[in-house]
Amino acid sequence: MSQGANAPMVLSEATRARFAREVAKYPSDQKQSAVMACLSILQQEQGWVSTQAEEAVARYLGMPPIAVSEVTTFYNMYNRQPVGRFKLNVCTNLPCQLRDGQHALEHLCQRLGVEEGGTTADGLFTIQKSECLGACADAPVLLVNDRQMVSTMTDARLDDLVATLKASTK
Amino acid sequence: MSGIVLPDLSRFQASGRETCFHDRHVGAQIYAGLDGSNWRLKDYEARGGYTALKKILGKVGVAGLTPEQVVAEVKASGLRGRGGAGFPTGLKWSFMPRALPVQKYLVCNSDEGEPGTCKDRDILAYNPHIVIEGMAIAAYAMGTTVGYNYIHGEIFEIYERFEEALSEAREAGYLGDDILGSGFRFQLHAFHGFGAYICGEETGLLESLEGKKGQPRFKPPFPASFGLYGKPTTINNTETFAAVPWIINHGGEAYLKIGKPNNGGTKIFSMVGDVELPGNYEIPMGLPFPKLLELAGGVKGGRKLKAVIPGGASAPVLPASIMMDLTMDYDACAKAGSMLGSGAVIVMDETRCMVDALLRLSYFYMHESCGQCTPCREGTGWLWRMVHRIEHGQGRPDDLKLLDSVAENIMGRTICALGDAAAMPVRGMLKHFRDEFAYHVEHKRCMVGPGASRTAPKAEAVAA
Repeated sequence: MSQGANAPMVLSEATRARFAREVAKYPSDQKQSAVMACLSILQQEQGWVSTQAEEAVARYLGMPPIAVSEVTTFYNMYNRQPVGRFKLNVCTNLPCQLRDGQHALEHLCQRLGVEEGGTTADGLFTIQKSECLGACADAPVLLVNDRQMVSTMTDARLDDLVATLKASTK
Repeated sequence: MSGIVLPDLSRFQASGRETCFHDRHVGAQIYAGLDGSNWRLKDYEARGGYTALKKILGKVGVAGLTPEQVVAEVKASGLRGRGGAGFPTGLKWSFMPRALPVQKYLVCNSDEGEPGTCKDRDILAYNPHIVIEGMAIAAYAMGTTVGYNYIHGEIFEIYERFEEALSEAREAGYLGDDILGSGFRFQLHAFHGFGAYICGEETGLLESLEGKKGQPRFKPPFPASFGLYGKPTTINNTETFAAVPWIINHGGEAYLKIGKPNNGGTKIFSMVGDVELPGNYEIPMGLPFPKLLELAGGVKGGRKLKAVIPGGASAPVLPASIMMDLTMDYDACAKAGSMLGSGAVIVMDETRCMVDALLRLSYFYMHESCGQCTPCREGTGWLWRMVHRIEHGQGRPDDLKLLDSVAENIMGRTICALGDAAAMPVRGMLKHFRDEFAYHVEHKRCMVGPGASRTAPKAEAVAA
């Protein structure tokens, strides 16, 4: 994009169509209900939610930008800074911990040479621990880029996942 | 911009084979006949789906049911809220001012984030239409024309599937402005969260659905008078709605008989932690715990059972001796000093350190406190710091008493139940495993598990 860092973000027609589909679910005077969906759409398209993205959503929904910011700062899954191409959120809550969730997190960090919460030097992977993903019987579980859950992640499957994701960038 | 396209990761996805399509349910109603591929409308209809909705609307050759009759049937069934509180569903429905000429809303709470619970995910993934039918029946009973299903943000694929199921139902005339030509109108939509445990609390969920931070509201007023957009609203859990079609088809009495008095029907339990076969098990309410444990293949590795958290992370832990005499229903769990909650059964074997277990749970509540009430915002952090130092060999002689006191002072002093949820695991652990905590404080290491042989604990200084 040729926009400067502080220029207002222009939403594409395709993005506006996705927003409109969400807004249509709510009463016409309650468009704000679509804010979480709109933010997650922008995060999917851009990798994170910048201040400009918040402002664009605010303009689209007729909300004060601070009200949008309150949402992005409250919910765990919004990326308020750029992350790696693949964000992996490993559940380490107690039921997962009992079935090697913590081990899976440590294995990934060690394999990729990053600290928990960090991003690999090549910008491909961000590894974060997360709270309950609601898939406790499939532990270890992790979420790839907010939208795709992967299950029963033994060390071998974790290595396979990393290789598969890496290969897709070539 | 189109965003990042992920490669095909289907081989890493859960298949449901181990968690849902095993043949170890007992008298399944919600999970009956599922195989992972038969979630579509035509499959649901082939299993007898939408007959309950047709029945109440008078579309099966007999007179329909009035809204009052539907509520009476649900009351007679003894169905209680499957999300955690166990409130009688029929009674909740009767609180709605049905005749009030204002917009009313129906909300399904699929924000399944209570650690240990994954039952609603499998209902929505493999039998979504049973929830749609249950919600349509509820909407009819309460005079509600618009509904939302609030789905846990972390299960985004399930949200997408539910939207697909909604399209099918609209297309077939089970949702819309004139359902099956009866004049009954109900529009249903899907909403997704984006990572906040607190939104499982019903008023936090409503705030979130309005596009705000999910900070719970003070009650009263209750949602039945002031709910979504300030309008009368009823909120039920996914599994609760999923139970409704069976009740309408077979009658409330029949449903009640399946369970125990005051604890009707079947219940889905998520068996997680140290069991051989983790997964969801739908069984009649009131089945003895040893039978449920047996269905899940027993304790992992043939080890001895030590403790169980019977109703999700917020429920007080119970030692094996109590669990092995317990039946799995609301009243029995309450009498034993815990709760059935969401039906997440977290099993821990003899090698598990209770301090370590509580440490992880305390971190969770600190992380997920919405920050609105001081006792919870400050107290959850305080609890975590104390458990952290005990676990890391820096416990102080008075710490157990202080833990008691902090937990005691959070209980009942917050707007919502998260404060209590953070305090109850602490109280449960100290009630049943106090010796283990005292050992940690005195000896600076674990009684059990890999830490038992640890001689020089790595201590991180954490101030209280």
